[in-house]
Amino acid sequence: MDAASELKANPKARSVKPTRSLWKKVKQQKALMAMSIPFVLFVIVFSYVPLWGWLMAFQDFKLGTPMLQNHWVGLDNFRELFRDDSFLRVIRNTLAMSIINLVFGFLSSITLALLLNELRSIMFKRIVQTISYLPHFISWVVAANLIMNMLSIEGIVNYILVNLHLIQEPILWLSKGEYFWWIIGASNVWKGVGWGAIIYLAAMTMIDPSLYEAASIDGAGRFRKIFHITLPGIRPIIVILLIMSIGHILDAGFEQQYLLQTPMVVDQAETIDLFVLKYGINLSRYSFATASGIFKTLISVILLVAANQFAKRMGQERLF
Amino acid sequence: MKRIVAGQRRKWKLSAFDCVNVLLMLMLLVVTLYPFLNTLAVSFNQATDTVLGSNFIWPRKFTTLNYTNLFEDNTIYNAFFISVSRTVIGTITSLFCTAMLAYTISRKEYFLRRQISFLFIFTMYFSGGLIPGYMLIKNLHMNGTFWVYIIPGLIGAFNLIVMRSFMEGLPGSVVESAQIDGANHFTIFLKIVFPLSMPVLATVALFVAVGQWNSWFDTFLYNSSKQDLSTLQYELMKKLQSASMSVSGNAETLFSNSDNQQANIVTPTSIRAAITIVAAVPIIVIYPFLQRYFVHGLTLGGVKE
Repeated sequence: MDAASELKANPKARSVKPTRSLWKKVKQQKALMAMSIPFVLFVIVFSYVPLWGWLMAFQDFKLGTPMLQNHWVGLDNFRELFRDDSFLRVIRNTLAMSIINLVFGFLSSITLALLLNELRSIMFKRIVQTISYLPHFISWVVAANLIMNMLSIEGIVNYILVNLHLIQEPILWLSKGEYFWWIIGASNVWKGVGWGAIIYLAAMTMIDPSLYEAASIDGAGRFRKIFHITLPGIRPIIVILLIMSIGHILDAGFEQQYLLQTPMVVDQAETIDLFVLKYGINLSRYSFATASGIFKTLISVILLVAANQFAKRMGQERLF
Repeated sequence: MKRIVAGQRRKWKLSAFDCVNVLLMLMLLVVTLYPFLNTLAVSFNQATDTVLGSNFIWPRKFTTLNYTNLFEDNTIYNAFFISVSRTVIGTITSLFCTAMLAYTISRKEYFLRRQISFLFIFTMYFSGGLIPGYMLIKNLHMNGTFWVYIIPGLIGAFNLIVMRSFMEGLPGSVVESAQIDGANHFTIFLKIVFPLSMPVLATVALFVAVGQWNSWFDTFLYNSSKQDLSTLQYELMKKLQSASMSVSGNAETLFSNSDNQQANIVTPTSIRAAITIVAAVPIIVIYPFLQRYFVHGLTLGGVKE
């Protein structure tokens, strides 16, 4: 259809030489170009020009000096990065929170989708869904406020735990380093579980209903149908989302840690993004901060490609 | 006949599962809603009463003082105005520009469609990162201006792909007949494709508006020294930071005052609750109405790369 419409518009298109046909296309499609080229320039300026800034990771960048005239230091910034004990701690924190988020995020969303799918009352299902989206739409600033209130000394969490005699006296949750990763994990589940379930529920509606009917006739119960029809039915989408999130394994989040951290838990709270912010913006060590940013991007891309290859080899769905 | 009997037996046998399921869902509702209801109640409760214990979902001593106090504060009033402005202007411009670009790359005959799509999709995986981005904004002298809220995020790759997928699904005959009538691409986009794309426009509008309303980090990075460009979320963030630094601020201010004055006192906690509600309510009111759109839009973006 593509070629046919082109042929209709320009009967000689097939016979002309490539360069001339390109020029013809430009002339013919100048309206489309006028509508899109400004935005191409936009994306180049705002997304590709910053990539040029990566050069400063190999320099001793000073503000005000033109990019190429800074002193080149090779890989010194990267060497310093790996010698820095705090950077290793930052990677540990990032990976820990990211894995917690990944595991509990996936499990909670899939579980919620399965449970919603089994609800008999459509009305009730809709109400639960609508309310479960709510936390996704509020900002992390609002969420952090709510979470801080819940976890305060006189907050509901301490109130319940003390009254159930599970703890002797209220705990200052946010000032104890050992709880921080789990608080972040729980906050992410609270905020994202409903939203995460959407895509699985949509995938479940695509499953052929006759499969369920056939299974019922064969005497399969609710659980067998969940494990043998529903879960296999949504497996492709689970695999795709897993691949995508493996590429984001170093994105442990930024806002939640920044907003919920207290001076007492910095050792557990600092992620790569916070590290970059600290050195880049607060301490003006631009080259060093950019080097750690590049490290993060490179690892992410390597992981994404690797996960994709792995999925390909396993004969699963894949991203590209 | 046999099937009906089997069906009835199944229903009876598994009703325990249904009960547990409903119970779990009710628990989810409580866990989701309690923080909001609690904060709402605190924001309408007398500050002096809140100090005595804040685990309730209905104000014990009703007052609107926390809110009147909040909006007497000029910085909050102005921040609210900036937040509304950036949400409205940012959403309209982003929606229009994204839709226009999506229209061009949804046209099968457009010879640059693949290249442009690639340019945008690439940005989903590779970005310069915080520091180069920050340098760029500084070099463009956009820091300290309102436009830093609008321009850098004008077109998001995800939104673009969602819109493109939708427009590719529109019946081609509508556009072709307009083309035969001699309409140019801009007219076709504006008069035909844009109105036909309302479902996806609603979705993207919600995503963009939520992002605009909720963001505080750009204010923090670029406009933290410009009080007149501060946003509501950033003001709330500052309150949150000072609250997590000092735990005991409330009691001191309270007990230095005599009883009859106490009804007119606001504490940082109450003010924080009121701002939290102001910062959350506009979105909470809007999103349920756009639900059927964004559920569809999300799957559209998820399936097609």
